Amino acid sequence: MTEILSAVLVLSITGAIFAVVLYFVAQKFKVIEDPLIDVVAEALPGANCGGCGKAGCRAMAEAFVKQGNMDGLSCPAGGAEVAKKIAEILGCTPEEKEPQVAVVRCNGSCANATAKTKYDGMRDCTFANSLYSGESGCAFGCLGLGNCAKACQFDALSLDPETGLPVVNEEKCVACGACVKACPRGIIELRNKGKNNRRVFVACRNKEKGADARKSCSAACIGCGKCAKTCPFGAITVENNVAYIDFNVCKLCRKCVAECPTGAIHAVNFPPKPAAAPTPAPADETGSNPKNE
Amino acid sequence: MGGVHPEENKISTAAAIEEFPLPKTAVILMNQHLGAPATPCVAKGDKVKVGQLVGKAEAFMCANVHSPFSGTVAKIDTCKDAFGLAKPAIYINVEGDEWEESIDRTPDIVKECTLEPKEIVDKLKAMGVVGLGGATFPTHIKYSVPPDKKAEYLIINAVECEPYLTSDHRVMMEHAEEICIGVSILRKCLGVPKAYIGIENNKPEPIAVMTDMAAKFEGIVVEPLKVKYPQGAEKQLINAITGRRVPSGKLPIDVGCVVSNVGTAYAVYEAIQKNKPLIENILTVTGKKLEKQHNYHVRFGTTYNDLIAHSMGSLPETTGKVISGGPMMGKAVSNLDAPTTKGASSLLVIDEGEAVRAEESNCIRCGKCMNACPMGLEPYLFSALVKNHRIEEAGAHNILDCIECGCCFFSCPANKPLLDEIRLGKNLYRGILMAKKK
Repeated sequence: MTEILSAVLVLSITGAIFAVVLYFVAQKFKVIEDPLIDVVAEALPGANCGGCGKAGCRAMAEAFVKQGNMDGLSCPAGGAEVAKKIAEILGCTPEEKEPQVAVVRCNGSCANATAKTKYDGMRDCTFANSLYSGESGCAFGCLGLGNCAKACQFDALSLDPETGLPVVNEEKCVACGACVKACPRGIIELRNKGKNNRRVFVACRNKEKGADARKSCSAACIGCGKCAKTCPFGAITVENNVAYIDFNVCKLCRKCVAECPTGAIHAVNFPPKPAAAPTPAPADETGSNPKNE
Repeated sequence: MGGVHPEENKISTAAAIEEFPLPKTAVILMNQHLGAPATPCVAKGDKVKVGQLVGKAEAFMCANVHSPFSGTVAKIDTCKDAFGLAKPAIYINVEGDEWEESIDRTPDIVKECTLEPKEIVDKLKAMGVVGLGGATFPTHIKYSVPPDKKAEYLIINAVECEPYLTSDHRVMMEHAEEICIGVSILRKCLGVPKAYIGIENNKPEPIAVMTDMAAKFEGIVVEPLKVKYPQGAEKQLINAITGRRVPSGKLPIDVGCVVSNVGTAYAVYEAIQKNKPLIENILTVTGKKLEKQHNYHVRFGTTYNDLIAHSMGSLPETTGKVISGGPMMGKAVSNLDAPTTKGASSLLVIDEGEAVRAEESNCIRCGKCMNACPMGLEPYLFSALVKNHRIEEAGAHNILDCIECGCCFFSCPANKPLLDEIRLGKNLYRGILMAKKK
């Protein structure tokens, strides 16, 4: 009997001592977390894509709550809908942001930029980029090994087996920018979705002189500057032998598309035969080509 | 430690060194060495002579570039190198073969060198001499030993453990005396009592020739070495000759060693004794399917297409790859219009069947890559870490110690592109380190 009693006693006393120690430790190391963080985290998409620049959705929720408003913070994956929800929770007005989409600025398809060599190394764009110019010889074009598609958390990017180029699914793309970071050649850009989802952009990044660029790809921008001269809005700049269209200035008139001698400028999601457009683009390969979007 | 035994395929050993004819036009790249590119110091329309300085070294890690041809400068522009990447270059229309008067072109061998070590280093710098073992490290920097370090051993790398390559073999057979004079100059420059020339045992003729010649010189010892790839890698060679190990992240000079290629020793002789800048090197043109094997004295600026046209007419139809360097560490040439550079040691034509990479399968944890790694690293681990973007962990496992010899890839039964993955990991880890420094 005494053995049982002593055992119960000893265990009870040690239990009591540990309880007191644990109580003080818990007080000392208490983590006070705003319950709002959980609510905000719940409202975020939870894809942890990193598009906002934070480590994940939870970190983003913490940032929202800490700041108390939405200035300078936005979840590109969630878009306007999520922004509205979070604004409600935080009791502020969401920041107005033009919706964006990822755009592939290379038209070096298998047909346009024929392969002069064959690559048989590791299937990774960053690695291939550190080795050489690429199968077509263009040191600025898409390598077609799919780092962008691997980086996309929303299944919005895939490689077209026919052209060898990445294709953006506009419906699924949330413009998180993961593909932009994944591309070692900076081919993918986030551009405003534009009116009626229509966009005009230069699908080339080749900085070589015209003749050299054409050697590796028939659809390369040769930096002739015709588009910049034609543009009535001054939206186009030609620098380092390559043109760039500023999407904030472009009014989607498509004069440049008609002017481009190599078909490097792409206009997407325009109706096939524009009746009301001021200068109808000729219906050749320079016209709308949704495949490359 | 580690190493593999690839098929040697030294089929061009018997081909004596021939002079390669001058091309009609040539392109001289400004970054033929490790470090910053040289700055062109001639203008369009200028007449240049062979050996004239055309690219001046302005940065610390840089080497002078001299014209290997005489003629007129056609333009100063960029040129795509062997890998299709645009690099600054000087285009020259070759006219005749007029040399700078200061260069001694007589066949007489000049033995005496009265220059002081400092003068030797300065002359090497002026002559644009770089290491010809492949890394093209500027020689004058290597032989300017920092005052807090002391050189004890001079090691001359004549191992040539890469399969197919025979340029070192031929230069030893034909220019043994010049090499020994070059080695004596380098030995004097460092102030070390002895120089060791390491040669693999599979080259009995060069060993015999060099041993006979070395006996006539003071302080030169020929060391025959075990046949094993990569015996000629700097750290492995140091270990084989001195028994010392270069610690991770350190340089050979930290264990008192300076290693130079045998081709560099020959270039040093020519630069110091004959006033001839580095304008050409010995290049092996080889391949199993080629009718004739060649070793050429090629002036750099000659294009790969010139080499192919002169040596074999056109590439065999079944060519799978054209490689600059050996099959283990060389790089496939994707642009044959590109000019050769100081670092080019061979043009290797590999057949379709040989060039194919076998299909990759899963790692079976056999550990062959670990056994093969001469640096005692764990290639399979790097492969997994790099694939999962855990670059810093790979860095903690000393991924930067990898010498990129390719033994892991060679020995992998699952045909995993281990070296590709490690190279990617090294690049990414260097990027992380650079970002941290900032």
